Amino acid sequence: MKKDLRFYLRLFASTFTLSAFTFGGGYVMIPLMQRKFVDKFHWLEKEEMLDIAAIAQSSPGAIAVNAAILIGYRVAGLPGALISIIGTVLPPLLLLSVISYFYIAFKNSGAVRAVLWGMQVAVGAVIADIVLSMGMEVVKKKQWLPITVMLLSFAAVCVFGVNVMLIILICGAIGALTTLYSQRKGGKQA
Amino acid sequence: MMIYLELLWSFMKIGLFSFGGGYASVPLIQSQVVDLYHWMDMTEFVDIITISQMTPGPVAINCATFVGIRVGGIPGALVATFGCVLPSCIIVLTLAFIYQKYRNVPVIQGILGGLRPAIVALIASAGVSILQLSIYPRTDEAFRLQNIDWLAIVFFVLCFFILRKAKKLNPIFVMLGAGGVSLVLYLILKAAGIPFPFISA
Repeated sequence: MKKDLRFYLRLFASTFTLSAFTFGGGYVMIPLMQRKFVDKFHWLEKEEMLDIAAIAQSSPGAIAVNAAILIGYRVAGLPGALISIIGTVLPPLLLLSVISYFYIAFKNSGAVRAVLWGMQVAVGAVIADIVLSMGMEVVKKKQWLPITVMLLSFAAVCVFGVNVMLIILICGAIGALTTLYSQRKGGKQA
Repeated sequence: MMIYLELLWSFMKIGLFSFGGGYASVPLIQSQVVDLYHWMDMTEFVDIITISQMTPGPVAINCATFVGIRVGGIPGALVATFGCVLPSCIIVLTLAFIYQKYRNVPVIQGILGGLRPAIVALIASAGVSILQLSIYPRTDEAFRLQNIDWLAIVFFVLCFFILRKAKKLNPIFVMLGAGGVSLVLYLILKAAGIPFPFISA
């Protein structure tokens, strides 16, 4: 990967547009990032994207910002991290600066609501699309443990409202223990 | 000068202690900007949360910008936003460094491997709550069939179909398209005197 000016511009433009379209919280950013950085640019591998999501979730601060820092650092070190932070922070900074001056009109405009409503539904579809692909990836490996972890975590968050940090801790521990166990047996890695 | 230092310090605390992202940080922001420093009252705070739901970007950054401008103009917004991202920059960069260096150690591999299916589940549950917000926005009453937003279901199915068929298409165009179609629909219905159905209040 050549790190010329065009590369940095591309990184900036990508993080900027991704941030400008991240409606509804940081997790929305992960599928969009996957489409861009994994499927289109091939800068990252699929599994790296999930690792980045896990680290972004477990660190303090906004998930979208954390994920951008991790990707920037991964593809271009410290300058990359800096560029993707600026790219991610700039859209909400600009947008909210403008909105703060006439926010009552903005809040009550039916046209604005209609546009945002349509985009919100589309975000739901984007997530559904990527979750289907990611889920198939897990199922295709035909190992019972990851499939069980996936289904149980989903039920825990969605049905029982379990704290996300707790799920991260437990799943990380499960992963560590299965590796240690299979190493002790002298077998292959889990 | 004092006000900028206060903004910086306050939003650094918000950045450092908001784990879990999204609306998990709302109570923390409220305790800082409403209760402690009185930079805005509760009505304004609820407004800014509503606007954050309607606009892209992390809630904490949105609040930082909004509060910063109110209190100290554009420099205030910059200082508050900087304070908000600084703690995560330092912590996440450290973690990124460790990840690059040790990601091939078997135990780390095991931990990350254990987390991957869970992250897929977390993304799925974020999708479910967004979908619920558009398809069935009223959760405060008992379930009623007429509270289902059928238009949202039609939109969702169409978008999903397009995304599955056109793998190369940038999803942002699907989002812009959905926003545009929705706007046109709204304008047509408005001209005809019919209210746009179920825009989540």
